[in-house]
Amino acid sequence: MNIVVAIKQVPDIQQIRIRNREPVLEGVSYTIGKIDKNALEAGVQLKESSQSNVIVLSAGNEEIEETVKEALAIGADEACLVIDDKLNDLESEKIAGVLAAAVKKMDDVGILLFGEGSSDNYSGQVSSRVAELLGLPQVGYASSILLEGQTAKITRQLEDEEELLEVQLPVAVSILGDSNEPRIPSVTQILKAGRKPQEILGLGDLDIELSGEKTVMTLSALAPETDRKRIFLNSAGELVAALQANGFIGR
Amino acid sequence: MAAILIYSEKSSLALELLTAAGILAQGCSSEVKGLCLNNDEQAAEMASKGTATFHIKNENINPADTASVAAALEQAAEKLDASIVILASNRRGKELAGRLAQKLQAGCLTDVTGLAVVDGKVQCRRNALSGSVIATQQIESKRQVIALAPRSFEAAPAKEGGSIQDLEITAAASPLKVIAGRPKTGDTVDIGAAEILVIVGQGMEEEDLHWAESIAKSLGGEIACSKPVATDRKWFPEDRIVGLSGKICKPRLAIIMGVSGQVQFTVGIRDADTIMAVNKDENASILQMADYAMVADLKEVLPELAKSFG
Repeated sequence: MNIVVAIKQVPDIQQIRIRNREPVLEGVSYTIGKIDKNALEAGVQLKESSQSNVIVLSAGNEEIEETVKEALAIGADEACLVIDDKLNDLESEKIAGVLAAAVKKMDDVGILLFGEGSSDNYSGQVSSRVAELLGLPQVGYASSILLEGQTAKITRQLEDEEELLEVQLPVAVSILGDSNEPRIPSVTQILKAGRKPQEILGLGDLDIELSGEKTVMTLSALAPETDRKRIFLNSAGELVAALQANGFIGR
Repeated sequence: MAAILIYSEKSSLALELLTAAGILAQGCSSEVKGLCLNNDEQAAEMASKGTATFHIKNENINPADTASVAAALEQAAEKLDASIVILASNRRGKELAGRLAQKLQAGCLTDVTGLAVVDGKVQCRRNALSGSVIATQQIESKRQVIALAPRSFEAAPAKEGGSIQDLEITAAASPLKVIAGRPKTGDTVDIGAAEILVIVGQGMEEEDLHWAESIAKSLGGEIACSKPVATDRKWFPEDRIVGLSGKICKPRLAIIMGVSGQVQFTVGIRDADTIMAVNKDENASILQMADYAMVADLKEVLPELAKSFG
């Protein structure tokens, strides 16, 4: 059985600086989305318990070839990459179409894993859209998956409730952020990663047509203006005095 | 003019959607229709707020099965001639948004915190790039699915003129079985509603937590935390998480201790009236967004503070 983990290449959020309220993306390196790493870890754990094969799936510009190496080092067995400059920074609706078309070309996909949201946009649409396109049942915000043959027992974490669900494979699952501790690859794993098989597809290899029209237009994206006093305090006493001065403690 | 359809499985959120839908209905001169699934109580509540409410009663709809709920909503949107569907951006709602949007061939935005109609088009505000920017975005497709972040709008007040009608749809049996569901234990505090928050991060040690709790109590506030403190260290339940994937809070006062201030966190607290931050690392970015900043070791400063509130 194949376990497919979809990952998104995102700008490293830590490196983004704000200049004149605009984010500066120049020179920022790309990485695997933080929650996507939780999805990958969940996939690798399932592989270890069920002898399946983990395929990491991504779509984007040619830089994803480099980004995906980390996923291969972490434990994915192979990569399927859809590479086209048109795919860079594409909206959820279109990227979902591309990913679903790539999954359709694969055999024996049992579980399709996503992060609950990407590190940059956190819109959380892609997993649901892909599930719909493939006609698969889905479970979002999963904190654990247990496989018993062709049955998956999945724990979903809602805000105020925990659900244990049972579903027959194949199923699409989005993994809750921080729900596991993604492993850090060893040097040997990193060296071996480059030799793992990578299937590179172009848009022409997939049975889809990408329309050029955007369904979502971004009119502006600016850092919020902050107007803070930034007064430095030197002691607990000064902190208490500041609370008093602001009326939070009366005396 | 096509209708605006609203749905959330949580009644408190559905009432917030009602307020937002009212803003859009005015701007687009369309009508708001409320949808309930197998929920008499919610239908009555929506109607009491003046809503034309449509109630689907069909036991085949499985609330835990996003595909099943999306299929019901798709049919409702067709039958009620809705071009805009407004959902809540809680976890269930967000999961539903993408699936429904795909069914309806609709453009979709989730975690929307503000809405306006400009020249007949709906403009949505939401956090982007992990919350480092606030984006204003507009869906261009004819059909739109918009999921609103909880607490972005006031709940709709009581109003005359509501109604309840049954709505028939077809639903297949769901392939997803709910084996068990259990409420998360004990803690039902809504940190999003607290006026004063004491927020702890990974810079704090577990043995010092009681000091922070005591300070929160003295100030009449609640304790909250950054995400890893709940999901990784499990010191608190997840409903105490502040940030992009937790709650967006707007307290009068936030005292933030041992949180470095990554944007995924700060987006949840940057609208507080007053921010105090204590951190050992003078380069922690949280200190730059504080009204009062203090570089100090929590181990030393916490007991002192707790005692002076005593």
